[in-house]
Amino acid sequence: MFAVAARRTLLRPRSALATSAPSLRSFLSSLAILEQREGQLNHGSLSAITAAQKLGGPVHAFVAGGGVKSVAEEAAKIDGVEKIIAVDNAAYDKGLPENYAPLLVENIKKGGYTHILVGHTAFGKSLMPRVAALLDSQQISDITSIESENTFVRPIYAGNAIATVESSDATKCITIRGTAFPAAEIASGTATIEDGVDPKAESASEWVSEELAKSDRPDLATAGKVVSGGRGLKSKEDFDKVMLPLADALGAAVGASRAAVDSGYADNSLQVGQTGKVVAPQLYMAVGISGAIQHLAGMKDSKVIAAINKDADAPIFQVADVGLVGDLFEKVPELTEKIKSS
Amino acid sequence: MSALRILVPIKRVIDYAVKPRVNKAQTAVETAGVKHSMNPFDELSVEESVRIREKKSAPGGVEDICVISAGPAKAQDVLRTAMAMGADRGIHVEVKDGDELEPLAVAKLLKATVEKEKSNLVILGKQSIDDDAAQTGQMLAGLLGWPQATQASKVVFGEGDSVEVTKEVDGGSETVRAKLPMIITTDLRLNEPRYASLPNIMKAKKKPLVKMSLSDLGINNERRLKIVKVTEPAPRQGGGKVEDVDGLVSKLKELGAL
Repeated sequence: MFAVAARRTLLRPRSALATSAPSLRSFLSSLAILEQREGQLNHGSLSAITAAQKLGGPVHAFVAGGGVKSVAEEAAKIDGVEKIIAVDNAAYDKGLPENYAPLLVENIKKGGYTHILVGHTAFGKSLMPRVAALLDSQQISDITSIESENTFVRPIYAGNAIATVESSDATKCITIRGTAFPAAEIASGTATIEDGVDPKAESASEWVSEELAKSDRPDLATAGKVVSGGRGLKSKEDFDKVMLPLADALGAAVGASRAAVDSGYADNSLQVGQTGKVVAPQLYMAVGISGAIQHLAGMKDSKVIAAINKDADAPIFQVADVGLVGDLFEKVPELTEKIKSS
Repeated sequence: MSALRILVPIKRVIDYAVKPRVNKAQTAVETAGVKHSMNPFDELSVEESVRIREKKSAPGGVEDICVISAGPAKAQDVLRTAMAMGADRGIHVEVKDGDELEPLAVAKLLKATVEKEKSNLVILGKQSIDDDAAQTGQMLAGLLGWPQATQASKVVFGEGDSVEVTKEVDGGSETVRAKLPMIITTDLRLNEPRYASLPNIMKAKKKPLVKMSLSDLGINNERRLKIVKVTEPAPRQGGGKVEDVDGLVSKLKELGAL
């Protein structure tokens, strides 16, 4: 059934889209895709709205899942959003790209949008390229800035180079680096809520289960402070004993380098870097992390970087605003105590 | 269960340990004379394919592991490496240096190849470490109308062509089930790629490697994104070191971070 739906969308001539938007300049309109989980709006996904607002032109937001009415109502309070398009169907709860992509494509075509935006999260990364392919559009991934309606800035080579690219596609599919666009705030907006089109495409995959790391600490991707541990922690026990009290004293999220994750000291959802999460908190404290380029890719836009490492020549000190050379097993507990007592 | 005909797309990229430099004209990253190797995520794809055969983990067995790369002549080096790791054969789609394909074009090229080679499983890396786009696998799945499992950390084959894949997602992992044919993209935790042994490197030289052009596959290199410029990121200045924990605390307070 899905195959039939996909074929239908693929065969539809591109001119159908073009006629609904004959000129980009005069008809720019954006659709921001919101994430929800069990009827709760993911506030991190509101970065897509901020980015859409920077483009100018009307902004609509899209949300789908079972019982998403309350999510739509919450999102409708964001200032500057004209319309929330909601599709109430539990088939979209898990955001499976096989049915979510054709759902989006139908709604994009109906709305004649020129710009489609979503966070560069696991959900956005899995979904958007599939949507882009169905629209025959070359996606622009993980943008950090918008220069104009067709020109965007994105890091390449693990953030070692910054590319400015100009898209010639009629429909621009874009994923947003969350740390570069603050989440739009829920205020006193009065967007209308409209039911979206539901093609009811069947998913060719089914959701089986999930295992999410439970934590009372702030979310790593959006935390104001992050303390991150590396191979220097030596074991999982030491990682927990040294890093967790420091995180709690600071009210910080815990992160880790790939070395620490690969050695089993920390859960892989905590990994900061090119292949893990990209963070840009007010304070990033790197403990026992040498500072490989893949790690720096995930944290070098932090406001203040502090480093504690016993190797005075570790590359992390080249980017740290403040560095302390010493044994982390002595320095970190001392620091934790001093923060607690101050 | 169907026998697996696995297609593994691989890309030759600047080695992950090299710090890339932007060229003087600010049009691209300097690639001449820079060490290149197989994209690390693609090594995981090759390794996984070979393990599926070795461990006989797919009930229908593995009939073929074909690696494909689109790029300049030197892309053949990474194809040989993949064959030394255990792939059966290679396809080199020759693309001139500087004529790199965008992910959408690669996905179209791969779709044509899948149809030609009758592949029923495509294992790709989750992203290439040069462009960092993370799109090709999903685009291919969309074009073919096949299920996709991205950022896989575990792949388990079941009865009746079913495949269960554990995926890395924000905050943990998620398991999905789909039926062949399907697309899987690899995450770092999937496996640890082997080193090619010398005898296997020698043997790989005799494995078949077919050369093709884009037009053989009915593809044009139509670029949708124009690179306006490439620049170095604003450099970050280290702020020096402090003597002790007290110094650290007061510096952090001074910087407004505490």
